[in-house]
Amino acid sequence: MSSVEDYVARIEETCGEEKHFIVVFKYEVKNKVIAKILERAKVEKSFSQIVFELTFGSVSFRLYGTGKAIFRSLRDKEELHKVLVDLLL
Amino acid sequence: MLNPHKIREDFPILKREINDYPLIYFDSAATSQKPRQVIAVIKQFYESCNANIHRAVYTISQEASELYEDAHEDAAKFINADGTEEVIFVRGTTEAINLVAYAWGLHNLEREDEVLVTLMEHHSNMIPWEIISKIKGFQVKYVEVNDDGTLNYESFEELISDRTKIVCLAHVSNVTGVINDVKRIAKTAHEHDSLVLVDGAQSVPHLAVDVKDLDVDFLAFSGHKMLGPTGIGVLYGKREILDEMEPFHGGGSMVADVAFDTVTRRCSFSLNDLPWKFEGGTPNICGGVGLMAAMKYLKDIGMENVREHEEVLTKYAIRRMQECEKVKIYGPKDPSLTCGMIPFTVEGLSSHDVALFLDSYGVMIRSGFHCAQPLHEKFKLKSSDRASFYIYNTREEIDRLVEFLKEIEQF
Repeated sequence: MSSVEDYVARIEETCGEEKHFIVVFKYEVKNKVIAKILERAKVEKSFSQIVFELTFGSVSFRLYGTGKAIFRSLRDKEELHKVLVDLLL
Repeated sequence: MLNPHKIREDFPILKREINDYPLIYFDSAATSQKPRQVIAVIKQFYESCNANIHRAVYTISQEASELYEDAHEDAAKFINADGTEEVIFVRGTTEAINLVAYAWGLHNLEREDEVLVTLMEHHSNMIPWEIISKIKGFQVKYVEVNDDGTLNYESFEELISDRTKIVCLAHVSNVTGVINDVKRIAKTAHEHDSLVLVDGAQSVPHLAVDVKDLDVDFLAFSGHKMLGPTGIGVLYGKREILDEMEPFHGGGSMVADVAFDTVTRRCSFSLNDLPWKFEGGTPNICGGVGLMAAMKYLKDIGMENVREHEEVLTKYAIRRMQECEKVKIYGPKDPSLTCGMIPFTVEGLSSHDVALFLDSYGVMIRSGFHCAQPLHEKFKLKSSDRASFYIYNTREEIDRLVEFLKEIEQF
């Protein structure tokens, strides 16, 4: 049975007033992750396959073709984990 | 004038590709890349004379000791200090400032005293003083910064008094690159019998810094921002002040003699000579040797040439970046007032989005607060991006940055 950790290499919490989470997906599965996320989330906007503006329920985030995503306005890591579970598993 | 294209040949990492694009490294203010000459010296040290320094009689320990002492000598010459006694090797700028805060501040600051710090400081030149203030009860007062990011000298003149015991300021801001008039600050501070501590993390790698000309009491800087390895830095201090100071870290090397009194059943000790009195424990020997190679590399280029190259590059970058409609540049637009970095934001995007977007094209820039939150509050910024340059950056790289910034504006 797979877990979020199978896909995520690291999570960076940004400093500052606006707390963002930057999720770096594992390089070897990044294409699979991107495909999965694009299938499940709604693409609001995209730019040359480099960046996708997405919404997933009430969560908005940007996904980069490099296999990194930036999640905004999430309370904490626990909420982020729940979103990642729904997006990836 | 230096030739960055030739210099780039010495930096193996710059041959890398990121996301199928050539690596463009614009984050030297955070840490610089290392030339093969520095990498080779580190490799050679571990392969040929790695041993602990001092108090060993065998050959390779003596070789290592000599190299480590030579590194102190070169560091002293690099900043025109009077000798190795004035040059203490530490982990980096942060440790250097903490050394002064703890070894000098704890023993010399009292409740009625004041410490002046500027609002443009990196957290590492604010927090140590706030910590010691909690213990000793003195006031930490903050010198204002103007809207353009320059230091407000009127605010400094208003705040300094005979209660001021030390003025702590950056030579160059790590956010805006603004160069502060340290000589002017030191002159006024000394008229009030105050000491001056300068954070040289962003100046020593980029400018010719002369501690005698500036007349500062302490200067802190890091090796890794000036082509050297991480984990090595320098605290310069005037000898007469260092002589009077209590030690920082207790342990081996920093003591000359330790005696156990069988009656009181306590140890007494006498301190080692400068600079070793402040270098307790096994130091970062190879780091010191690597720093020596980095200083030689910079010296061979000439610090005046480093400065000239960065000034020209910054001027070009400001002009080109101003072509971008949604890019806002902060700080002075006159590159003669700044030192090799440009803070900016892109309208409608967070700083991290900009950095992630540029990363897609192999361009490395820093995003966030850059450990200078009070300055961002002053600018009413939630965060910012920073492109910082060094000897290996080129106009062509700036053209690429502008090209990608224009693309991101379309998103």
